[in-house]
Amino acid sequence: MTMQTITQGASGAQAFHQSALDAGRFLVQRCEECSRHVYYPRESCPHCGSAALRWVSPSGLGTVHAVTTVRRKPAEGGDLNVSLIDLDEGVRLMSRVDNVAPGAAHIGQRVKARVQVKDGRGLVLFDALEGGVE
Amino acid sequence: MSSGLQALRGSAVIAGVATFGCGETPGFTDMELLARSARAAVADAGLAMRDIDGLCTASASAAMWALPVVEYLGLNPRYIDGTMLGGSSFIAHLLPAMHAIRSGQCSAVLVCYGSAQRSAAFGRREIVAARRFLDPQPYEHPYEPMLPVSAYALAASRHMHVYGTTREQLADVAVAARAWARLNPDAFMRDPLTREDVLAARMVSDPLTVRDCCLVTDGGGAYVLVSAERARDLPKKPVYVLGNATAVWNRQISSMADLTVTAASQSGREAFAMAGLAPKDIDVVQLYDAFTINTLLFLEDLGFCPKGEAGRFVADGAIAPGGTLPVNTNGGGLSCVHPGMYGIFALIEAVRQLRGECGERQVAGARTALAHGNGGMLSSQATAVLGTQEAL
Repeated sequence: MTMQTITQGASGAQAFHQSALDAGRFLVQRCEECSRHVYYPRESCPHCGSAALRWVSPSGLGTVHAVTTVRRKPAEGGDLNVSLIDLDEGVRLMSRVDNVAPGAAHIGQRVKARVQVKDGRGLVLFDALEGGVE
Repeated sequence: MSSGLQALRGSAVIAGVATFGCGETPGFTDMELLARSARAAVADAGLAMRDIDGLCTASASAAMWALPVVEYLGLNPRYIDGTMLGGSSFIAHLLPAMHAIRSGQCSAVLVCYGSAQRSAAFGRREIVAARRFLDPQPYEHPYEPMLPVSAYALAASRHMHVYGTTREQLADVAVAARAWARLNPDAFMRDPLTREDVLAARMVSDPLTVRDCCLVTDGGGAYVLVSAERARDLPKKPVYVLGNATAVWNRQISSMADLTVTAASQSGREAFAMAGLAPKDIDVVQLYDAFTINTLLFLEDLGFCPKGEAGRFVADGAIAPGGTLPVNTNGGGLSCVHPGMYGIFALIEAVRQLRGECGERQVAGARTALAHGNGGMLSSQATAVLGTQEAL
């Protein structure tokens, strides 16, 4: 993990996080009081209440914790993977394992984060480290 | 558990209950379904609407729902609780209302709900879009989960992975609910349902098929809470509130620390402590079964079987008619009624069982009941332990 000082500026945590994503950067928070990572971004630490949250770049590596396939008609976009991913830093987020067929993502799969920027808006997706297709 | 809460044990009685329009009731609004249920519950309690001086209600659409309910029913309540925790709300409303009655703030509390979810002209798709706009979840909605079912599907995937729970065992929850519904003339779905039917049904969000999902119906429900002293002069067999507790650990499924353990483990423990009872003491159980995985999680978290064992527990037929633990005797949200929020209907069925009003589905000699409500994405959990006079 890269420890670096990232200055938030005047906005709230949500807008700052999104603006970083829009620029292709995935950031999470780390509490300077209790040393735990925090995601989704907040104004205070949900573990200890401290306001001393520092932005850090996670390694991007994680493990699929839970999976489902949302069944949709092709006209509605077709089947879609929705997963919960545990980052190695110890935080969980909802995302999609994007480089395998929707039903092929599985619990325990190692994945790596990637920021997709579409129409100027960034979104964190994950790619399976093994068994993925380009 | 503070002694103050134990002192409230049995201090309040559910004196009246009613449902109206459960199933398909085109032509009625949410408020009309609520009003018909409310009037019938007040009459069931042997009271008149002018006797009602406390109100608890919630709506999934209207943020200030208590206001139009006061206006519509012509109430002048000195106690108002509009707490909205999702489907568990109407069970969570119990304990604060008991405090209000005990303190003398009010004497007769009406708890009421109505939803025309099935027949409403404003479509479900529009409602989902409106709620996403008004109450955004920026860390989940961009991934297009089909909420709420995908959240429960994610929890099911964990339970299957960690405990070896099978797709068939989930189906057995729906089959048991249907078997009970077949004994309830008021249940919405009463056709026979087999494990194979559930497995062959349309997959919605893996591993959950449409038969793992609750119904979408219309319906209203209401109950009236009074002091135990007041209930002595009222006509119906009193059902005492022995324990009640509510717990919330998260809102989003992605913020749930362990997808196989819900806050029901806290609300259940605290409700049982207030009641001075344990799971083994409960004769009939009503669990908020929005999805089949709910029943498994709540059986475990409330202590009716060890963590991880609920799949095997239901596969042995334990919760079906004739089993060792009668669960969701009206047919539950899966087969009886589910108008957006089900919690009040679970509580009403528990009361009817304790009164002995349940006909073919009656659990003989039931003296204690547990009603458990769930809200959001396994988010809010409220547990009520009820009993007859013999259980006091």
